[in-house]
Amino acid sequence: MKYLITLVVGMAVGVAAFLALLFYNPMTSQNKLSPLSVSDNDVIVFNYSAVAEDALVFTNDGESTVAPYPSKVLQLWEPTVRLTSTMATVMRDSRNRPAAIGIKFSSRSESTRILNGEAIVDSAWHIYVPGRGSLFVEQRENYWNYLREIVIPAHRSSGDNWRGNWSGNITSGPGALGTARVFGGSGEFADLETDGVESLSAKAYSANDGPVAIDGKLAVELPAPNSDATLDP
Amino acid sequence: MIKTFIAGILLGLAGAAAALHYFPAVNQSREQSLIVVHPNRGNTESFHVNIPMDRVMTGAPSQKEPLPVGLEWPVDPRFADTRAELFKIRNGKDAVVGVASRIAANNASSGDIVEWVLHLPARGSAYVIMEAEALEDGYRTGNLATGTREFAPLVGRVTEHWVADTSGAEDAPAGRIEITTAFVAREVEEE
Repeated sequence: MKYLITLVVGMAVGVAAFLALLFYNPMTSQNKLSPLSVSDNDVIVFNYSAVAEDALVFTNDGESTVAPYPSKVLQLWEPTVRLTSTMATVMRDSRNRPAAIGIKFSSRSESTRILNGEAIVDSAWHIYVPGRGSLFVEQRENYWNYLREIVIPAHRSSGDNWRGNWSGNITSGPGALGTARVFGGSGEFADLETDGVESLSAKAYSANDGPVAIDGKLAVELPAPNSDATLDP
Repeated sequence: MIKTFIAGILLGLAGAAAALHYFPAVNQSREQSLIVVHPNRGNTESFHVNIPMDRVMTGAPSQKEPLPVGLEWPVDPRFADTRAELFKIRNGKDAVVGVASRIAANNASSGDIVEWVLHLPARGSAYVIMEAEALEDGYRTGNLATGTREFAPLVGRVTEHWVADTSGAEDAPAGRIEITTAFVAREVEEE
């Protein structure tokens, strides 16, 4: 009997050691430098608040940490959309002026591989910039560092919250350099095909309510006219 | 005893690694795709939105009854000619299979636009640019501008059409927006 108990305790220690290795594995850290920061082209920046209550509308399955906003919005409770959240928000330019209406669809991805430090979300932005045109942004986002450095510490905190200064890119593809694919739909963006990067800047997170003070930034590269630069494959 | 403990640790390490490798962390629920394959290449698939029950948001200026209740549409005049809507979308069996956004705008600089993004979590997203003017029979047509995952290698046409409910049933929707896609692989189209 004591051998069985020893084996079980050993297994528990083994599982805990594995999870600790996974959690503290420095190999899964993401590059915090945006690939667009070394671009010679113009970059258009859309800023938004990642706090649900700052959005026009935020909805999900209604049972997640982040509550839908406004409270009476239709919830995505059906099995096929249960792992999806949708946000409509006003996006601001670098001077903090309202610049666009952005709608973001985010679905937890089956390509998530915890072993590789990949907590993947497949997302798409539908953006309309009055007077300029519309954009569609396809991206694969990796929230592993966000979970590891903000969400889990918030749950481990005695106050059930996290405060600090954290920033990082969440875009991890589908471009080979970890960039999003951006397609222009109308206006001056018509037929545009370029790259984008979305990043988060976090200051406060609550384990009970989700983001408290987190800003998002979507940067889109605007190739120079007649540019022969090739897209990130 | 110490050998048993070490064996337990190794078993725990291996077991945790195996569990994380073999059991999916995310498993999206799927509905059967109801696609009609045509003999002259391509295929069509129909989606619809039951109005008003599938309407998540109607963002437009000066609404007397905003949807959802509590929505505060920006008062900035540059959004005065913009209408953004969010819906759940259903397949031919009336099962919800995704969510969609529809943006319509009338702007002197960027022109009239009507666009859809159909987001089906288990399949991908389709970005559809519609013609600004609807046809005389009420249909509006458009093109698949680009797509992700399952829709990435496709090109084709999309139509939207409002169908008023005529059943008279008490719990029937007021009507439905029917969205029909006719897609074909890009390689086939280019041949």
